[in-house]
Amino acid sequence: MGIEEKLPSGVLLTTVEGVAGYMRKASFWPATFGLACCAIEMMTTGGPKYDLARFGMEVFRASPRQADLMIVAGRVSQKMAPVLRQIYDQMPDPKFVLAMGVCASSGGMFNNYAIVQGVDHVVPVDMYLPGCPPRPEMLIDAILKLHDQVQHAKLGKNRLDEIVEAEATALNALPTSEMRGMLR
Amino acid sequence: MVSTSSTTQGTDPYAASTSETSQGRVFTVTGQDWDSVVEGVADSEHLADERIVVNMGPQHPSTHGVLRLILELEGETVTEARCGIGYLHTGIEKNMEFRSWVQGVTFCTRMDYLSPFFNEATYTLGVERLLDIEDQIPEKAQVMRVLLMELNRISSHLVCIATGGMEIGALTVMTIGFRERELVLDLFELITGLRMNHAFIRPGGVAQDLPPGTLDEIRDFVALMKKRLPEYAALCNANPIFKARLENVGHLDLQGCLALGLTGPPLRAAGYGWDLRKTQPYSGYEDYDFDVQTWDTCDAYGRFRVRLNEMQESLRIVEQAADRLAGLEGAPVMIADKKIAWPSQLAIGSDGMGNSLDHIRHIMGESMEALIHHFKLVTEGFRVPPGQAYVPVESPRGELGAHVVSDGGTKPFRAHFRDPSFTNLQATSVMSEGGMIADVIVAIASIDPVMGGVDR
Amino acid sequence: MTPTEPTEPQGPQPAVEKPAVRQSPENLPPGKDVVAPSSTTEGGETTIEQPAVGVRTGMFGVPDTGDTSGYGGLVKPVVFPGAAQRPYGGWFDLVADGLDGLIEKVVIHRGEITFHVHRDHLLEVAGKLRDDPALRFEFCSGVSGVHYPEDTGRELHAVYHLLSMTFNRRIRLEVSCPDADPHIPSIVAAYPTSDWHERETFDFFGIIFDGHPALTRIQMPDDWPGHPQRKDYPLGGIPVEYKGGTIPPPDQRRSYN
Repeated sequence: MGIEEKLPSGVLLTTVEGVAGYMRKASFWPATFGLACCAIEMMTTGGPKYDLARFGMEVFRASPRQADLMIVAGRVSQKMAPVLRQIYDQMPDPKFVLAMGVCASSGGMFNNYAIVQGVDHVVPVDMYLPGCPPRPEMLIDAILKLHDQVQHAKLGKNRLDEIVEAEATALNALPTSEMRGMLR
Repeated sequence: MVSTSSTTQGTDPYAASTSETSQGRVFTVTGQDWDSVVEGVADSEHLADERIVVNMGPQHPSTHGVLRLILELEGETVTEARCGIGYLHTGIEKNMEFRSWVQGVTFCTRMDYLSPFFNEATYTLGVERLLDIEDQIPEKAQVMRVLLMELNRISSHLVCIATGGMEIGALTVMTIGFRERELVLDLFELITGLRMNHAFIRPGGVAQDLPPGTLDEIRDFVALMKKRLPEYAALCNANPIFKARLENVGHLDLQGCLALGLTGPPLRAAGYGWDLRKTQPYSGYEDYDFDVQTWDTCDAYGRFRVRLNEMQESLRIVEQAADRLAGLEGAPVMIADKKIAWPSQLAIGSDGMGNSLDHIRHIMGESMEALIHHFKLVTEGFRVPPGQAYVPVESPRGELGAHVVSDGGTKPFRAHFRDPSFTNLQATSVMSEGGMIADVIVAIASIDPVMGGVDR
Repeated sequence: MTPTEPTEPQGPQPAVEKPAVRQSPENLPPGKDVVAPSSTTEGGETTIEQPAVGVRTGMFGVPDTGDTSGYGGLVKPVVFPGAAQRPYGGWFDLVADGLDGLIEKVVIHRGEITFHVHRDHLLEVAGKLRDDPALRFEFCSGVSGVHYPEDTGRELHAVYHLLSMTFNRRIRLEVSCPDADPHIPSIVAAYPTSDWHERETFDFFGIIFDGHPALTRIQMPDDWPGHPQRKDYPLGGIPVEYKGGTIPPPDQRRSYN
């Protein structure tokens, strides 16, 4: 990418990571991907009572080419999935996806032929937000957690190390089907 | 959780390009490269005669949801407009065939997500007609249904005006619309527990009684809205830009409306005062004093005025309903027949929302029958005698009806919803062809389709 | 009283053949014609002999498996409301007079009237309903499809709801067609509003409306195989896994029949 990828790991890279993280999170521009009921809650979150503008996010870019964050708000049907992927591909890096609502996270109450059971079948998701629909405060909480994640994202060599480590943990982790114990 | 995907640095498959397909040349434009289109059109002779097909959506800020518009353009004029729908198809109707009758309410409420109470009401009225308990629904439940439906009408019209305003660029209308809508959603949260998609109107009545203090909140709301609604009129009605964009746009006269099956504000803006609340009243609407609002221009401006006036009328009905509820303190909200009435009462406990402890004490300690009824109703549900019913209601968008078929079982055999947005959207072609592209947006906004209802 | 002489204990008497008690519908084996209990209610709503459309077996369990948990021997026929006899009551008779000779069956249930029409007469009926000044059903609410897989020969039904705004009346038209030949004439010429409704019914049930200007899929993607809302099309859900337990999708769960 840019010069920040080529810095050697050390104090300088950490400082640059901090600054770049701050810049990225302070002015997230969401792409409009409102589909169903969650879209209405997303619109109210941008409305006057739960104001997204205080996080720098009131500018919902119509063009994905100008957006960082895709909030998939609503149920993704089989017909819509290729469109979703197309919009995601059109976004420039760094891009993030927030699956808002249970339908986007896992198919929700619609466990049937018409709905993609979780948009992570189609795009990589950074933040899952349950709720049907999630309250605006919940959406803001998810966005702030995503901000946190972006703020502490690593660059360059640190990032590559992190990827290797994450892959190792994932390969050695206990699969869900092997987990035993109380179902609580 | 750190994602393990690294940043993609490959070629962009959606970059601007030209490709030859079997149907002709396709230009993908992403901005700042219109010259390629102009050159391409000027190049080949036969291309210069052909019309350009522009695809708007399904992801587009102005298409009111996931609606795909396929427009054939000649300059700025639209020669053909087609709608592509189905991008939000959820299979709700088929899902309902595998859930019990009461669970069906939770599903149908998410169809037309801006007017959930109307979906619930038409389905519940159909089920109640099949059960033959229409005259046993308690009065308080009827009044609460009317109250919630009229509040929903206000919130739905507010969204229509807000998003319509946003689509034509009037962003203030959007912020004030959502500001008012928050007041209505607060009332919904107080009464039903949820801001949207409440599964509250159930066969037999409504799910819970009004919490204390509701009537005061409703009265405060009505007083506040009486001051706020005229703001919309002041901002938009005589606004020259608003009028220039909405007048004579999306014209559809009475004959067209009836032929295409349009109901709701488009039909009333054509001058015909057909409102199911007056002509085929349900849920006690005949006891309320309100007027059917019509306008005489068959265009988008007329529909806007009709919606504004309908909000005022809904406010009147809300006031009357609140007055009636004041005299119904302590009345039951569910049918007396324990074999159908949904038994449990919800309350917020130390670990979240669940069955209220009073109810648990009653079924575990006091009444064996109540325990049995609770168990049977929650696991099996009631059985509805075989037959079919269709009870339409007047939703903010038009006639919303649920065709409910039962084969005598615990689950609907078929529940098909005649959604007004689905039918009204057919008029897009008639309204847009011959006009400008910008007018297509306004025409669709004036129909006010909600894609959840269109696609179900 | 003359004391009876003690007689030898007699063996069991041979059983006397008696005709079986008239069985209630629950106990009859499936497939037989069942007589629905006849009752008369106001408005001409008389149920008469109505063959069972299908049969409901068992009380609960997982369908299509060997699950024997729930009262498997219970057999109940599915009987829909039967045909009504003249006079129907109220304005029903006026409308029926206007459609004389074209109706197969009239069902009046819960105050709603349904005219069952053969598909060959549908266009004529639609034209009459719209144009006859005594009928004036200007408004068609839409087409709804229903699939009755056990009603052999008439599996696919298309249900039309019509509204007369002039007289403030509602009726229902029901047309059926067999699975083997799923054709129904299109009423778009009489009621243009049924354009998208017929497309949707085709999309979900496979009923082909002859004469429709552009009968294509409308809700599902254009190349989707199958017709989703038919009863033989699976719901298509996936099992959900959580910490070692798996919940099957809704159509494969144990549920009440």
